[in-house]
Amino acid sequence: MLIFIVRRLLQSVIVMLVVALIAFLIFRYVGDPIVSMAGVDTRLEDQELMRERLGLNDPFYIQFWNFLTNALHGDFGISYRLQQPAMRLILDRLPATIELAVVSATLALVLGVLMGIFTALRARSFLSGVIMTLSLVGVSLPTFLIGIGLIYIFAVELQWLPSNGRGTTVQLGWWRTGFLTESGLRSLILPAITLSLFQMTLIMRLVRAEMLEVLRSDYIRFARARGLPDRVINFRHALKNTLVPVITITGLQLGSVIAFAIVTETVFQWPGVGSLFINSVQAVDVPVMATYLMMVGLVFVTINLVVDILYYLVDPRLRVQGKGR
Amino acid sequence: MTDTPVLSVRDLVVDFPLRRGNFRALDGVSFDIAAGEVLGVVGESGAGKSMTGAAVIGLLEPPGRITAGEVHLSGTRIDTLPPAQMQALRGKRIGMVMQDPLTSLNPLFTIGDQLVETIRQHMDLSEDQALERAISLLEEAGIPDARGRIHAYPHQFSGGMRQRVVIALAIAADPELVIADEPTSALDVSVQAQVIKVLKDLCQRRGTAVMLITHDMGVIAQIADRIMVMNAGRVVETGPVAQVIRHPREDYTIKLISSIPTIARTGEPPPPPAQDSAPAFVQVQGLVKDFDAGGGWLARVLGRAVPPFRAVNDVSFRIARGETYGLVGESGSGKSTCARMIAGLIEPTAGRVVVNGMDVWQVSAAERARRRAVQMIFQDPYASLNPRWRVGNIIAEPIRVLGLAKGSEIEDRVADLLRKVRLDPIVMRKFPHEFSGGQRQRIAIARALSSQPEFIVCDEPTSALDVSVQAQVLDLMSELQGEFGLTYLLISHNLAVIRQMANDVGVLHRGVLVESGPVDAIFDHPQADYTRMLLDAVPDLADIE
Amino acid sequence: MTDPTTSPTSAPRGFWQRLFDSDIWFSWSRSPVTIVASLVALALILAAVLAPWIAPHTPFDPATVELMDGFTPPGQQALSGTTYLLGSDDQGRDMLSTIMYGSRVSLFVGFAATLFAMTLGIALGLTAGYRGGFADTIIMRIADVQLSFPAILIALLIFGVAQGLIPASQQEQTAVWVLILAIGLSNWAQFARTVRGTTMVERQKDYVSAARLLGRNPLAIVTRHVLPNVLGPVLVIATISLALAIIEEATLSYLGVGVPPTQPSLGTLIRIGQRFLFSGEWWILAFPAVTLILLALSVNLLGDWLRDALNPRLRK
Repeated sequence: MLIFIVRRLLQSVIVMLVVALIAFLIFRYVGDPIVSMAGVDTRLEDQELMRERLGLNDPFYIQFWNFLTNALHGDFGISYRLQQPAMRLILDRLPATIELAVVSATLALVLGVLMGIFTALRARSFLSGVIMTLSLVGVSLPTFLIGIGLIYIFAVELQWLPSNGRGTTVQLGWWRTGFLTESGLRSLILPAITLSLFQMTLIMRLVRAEMLEVLRSDYIRFARARGLPDRVINFRHALKNTLVPVITITGLQLGSVIAFAIVTETVFQWPGVGSLFINSVQAVDVPVMATYLMMVGLVFVTINLVVDILYYLVDPRLRVQGKGR
Repeated sequence: MTDTPVLSVRDLVVDFPLRRGNFRALDGVSFDIAAGEVLGVVGESGAGKSMTGAAVIGLLEPPGRITAGEVHLSGTRIDTLPPAQMQALRGKRIGMVMQDPLTSLNPLFTIGDQLVETIRQHMDLSEDQALERAISLLEEAGIPDARGRIHAYPHQFSGGMRQRVVIALAIAADPELVIADEPTSALDVSVQAQVIKVLKDLCQRRGTAVMLITHDMGVIAQIADRIMVMNAGRVVETGPVAQVIRHPREDYTIKLISSIPTIARTGEPPPPPAQDSAPAFVQVQGLVKDFDAGGGWLARVLGRAVPPFRAVNDVSFRIARGETYGLVGESGSGKSTCARMIAGLIEPTAGRVVVNGMDVWQVSAAERARRRAVQMIFQDPYASLNPRWRVGNIIAEPIRVLGLAKGSEIEDRVADLLRKVRLDPIVMRKFPHEFSGGQRQRIAIARALSSQPEFIVCDEPTSALDVSVQAQVLDLMSELQGEFGLTYLLISHNLAVIRQMANDVGVLHRGVLVESGPVDAIFDHPQADYTRMLLDAVPDLADIE
Repeated sequence: MTDPTTSPTSAPRGFWQRLFDSDIWFSWSRSPVTIVASLVALALILAAVLAPWIAPHTPFDPATVELMDGFTPPGQQALSGTTYLLGSDDQGRDMLSTIMYGSRVSLFVGFAATLFAMTLGIALGLTAGYRGGFADTIIMRIADVQLSFPAILIALLIFGVAQGLIPASQQEQTAVWVLILAIGLSNWAQFARTVRGTTMVERQKDYVSAARLLGRNPLAIVTRHVLPNVLGPVLVIATISLALAIIEEATLSYLGVGVPPTQPSLGTLIRIGQRFLFSGEWWILAFPAVTLILLALSVNLLGDWLRDALNPRLRK
């Protein structure tokens, strides 16, 4: 157990270092930071002075080290476009993205797993066929088109729900939430559905495939031969074995909701980190790009670690040392 | 006891409606099993023996279904029962043991969980009572320290122990009938004998009828009262074991039984070895192979490193030109690792392999000559031929790569080789999947022969084949040995095959060669304990009185 | 062992090969959905490829565009007397022609990116799977990390970095190639992972041992023996990946970081069309959107069918 956790932690740190290196390379070598910060008109001597002061003439590893220590203190430099600390910009907009991501992830997970189980157990039923066909349509529909479609139906034609923004929000400490007002919740519905659909189809197809695989296995056949009722076989034996591989992939899928939010946020003009990122890419606002990359990297590494530990707890083959052989 | 048999099957027909018409898997199968009786069902693959078991217990894989006939359990008809009642009957009145103990238990539940759940499904017992019953069942099945290990997971038991757990599960609710489908095929010979004994004892004590499905006539001989021979979905012959084996009536049975190799000496003994006088053609000296047991660098840093696992430990033997050396051992004995080191596929940790004066693991100018001289025949004929290559190209590859012939001469040689292994040269245009297992093994032999080798390493060449096909392939190998003066290293877990084919034999146990010498001397007067145990454990037809 | 479908192995010669050939054909001909999907995909691809010859107008030639024909609804006669089958956009360009030229860009980027991802993925997958050890660890670690990030994010990053590196004056000419690079680099991992998995299974098989026994070098074994056996799964992934690449291109162009407006793809057209969603000119958005959906859906349906059709053989 100790070795397992230490190894996973080390791996996480290595991945984070790699992400930091990429972020640093982007930060340092994409465009000229001095020109971006000070403008092209600055005199060459002043540029050189700034270069020296910012440590841009130091050897590569010292610059990387400085980047790392600054990053640990939450300092990623000043946004070229908005002239504010990149970290502040991200933190300001993070609550919006997290609220959207959490709601969509929950929606995707619950519905995806339920439909996956249903379509695996009732593989030949008409409803399963319908769900499977729809899921294929779901995979083929680009997220932005789903968003546009929903806006057209519910905002333009029916005028039931707002088409953009977060509605009224309430400030709780540094966290700005949309959960506490009616308009905030109503604004959340369309983006949340849009963001969850793709993940939902993926999770559903995954659960279905894994469960069908488990249902074909010898121990399920043997459980039948032991006379266990279908209910016990399906929901005790098959489900638990299905969940082992599903945990891993689902965890990672949920992590990617945050990054997928880029498109959804653009369609619905949702004031989250995703739309900030896309604007930064368009404007080659490197500090914000680097900060965003580090943030997403951290989210993934954390999820990965949690998933690995969960996996370890669920599967006795990893947890309990073998004695027999 | 009444006269009603526990199981009575009449004119059973099972059909698989497939796309290109109906496939009749069982065609009018009839048989009875009385209480306390063991009926052995034998046949080669595709004979329909597993299908019969699945049909009786109501677990046919769709789209297969019973289209005619009747199945009676203690006088009640069960093939027409609705699914819910059939399910209530499984486990309670019919138990089942499946082939692979490694996959038939759910890996995420403890064996106690699985036993208790089965017991409580069929018997009105409390959790504690069920647990007590589970423990006593495991004790009966010969699991040491059953009380202490009831909360262990399946992966903590060895294959043989797991099959005992499976047997305990099958008889958990005292069923009238147990269907055992190849219960020992996945186990080693030494474990096999114990598991068979457990199955027999437990069922005898309870008066349970047993339907034992197997391809291994030796197992039947050991345990069954009566035998039923099946072929292509039909029953060929039924009768008491001794009668059917000694005096088979049907042509199919006669052929089947005559193709089973026996561990006893048949035919004339091999000529006395000229070993000491003649220089050894193949010489294996102090062969060692260590595998890194893992843990990785982190485990090493934390001081939890696992020492390397020694798979082969100081193995030495010699083979004279034109002779066959048999290497026997159970799974994990290191025999395949040995074969691969000798052929030149895995690099040994220590030791030397010299074939006709050429060191296999020494880079030299004679590399090409050595590659030409040493060839190999593999176990699984489905995996040893590239499915995307035509047979002609497969056989020609050694000729082309080693530059032994050019142009149209290659095709002539391939045609010639195919004739040598009794195949029509026209098949060189086909792909491997168009052939049966036995035919594929012939193609593999033709490929091995195409570089005109002098020494062939045969790694379990017939263990994936049915017995009748095995006999043909072994005959072919013997003929070719005579024709080309080949030297063989024959690796097998099957003692009978070794006895019939080899001049000398070596017995491998946990990487150590415990005994080596002339085949008759070792089989008739084994010196090592392990060899003696192995020979005792083998079920053999010759044991039938 | 007693699987009924394996027993007719001793069938007459040529039977299995014919069965395989006809199996694919059979499953295709028995699936109306797949037939329709194939026809739709074929029609869309032909329309795109042949656009310069069969499109009714040349939408990007200012000389032929009538500005006063702007916002003509589908099927109605415009001021200039021309009838536009699918209407015209704000600048009076024929929607049908615009869509045909747009699909051309979308399909070109999709195919090129998939081909790039496939080549890279196969090469790295074969290396990782056959060599194992350190090369395997490195390649698969990178693939794992990349797979856990959505392709769209990777593509955005690569695109953003390229924007910063390429001088502004050249960005317009290089945009399509940067896009292909970005989409290709964000999709290789899927190929690599599958190829590696299959390669690891195949290299354990004894037909590889037999080739090693002859002293063939690793490159020959990988290309001549292993590669033909991994192409089945690769074909399935390539089809699905094509649909993904088309969607990815559309998304990037929709976000405004894809192809330049002078060379609009379906995604760009949708981005433009969205502006008129609230004012009632629905056709400017709807027709490119429907084309994109039909394209992605038909390719996905083909991929899904192909996976099922090849599966029994892969399972074996």
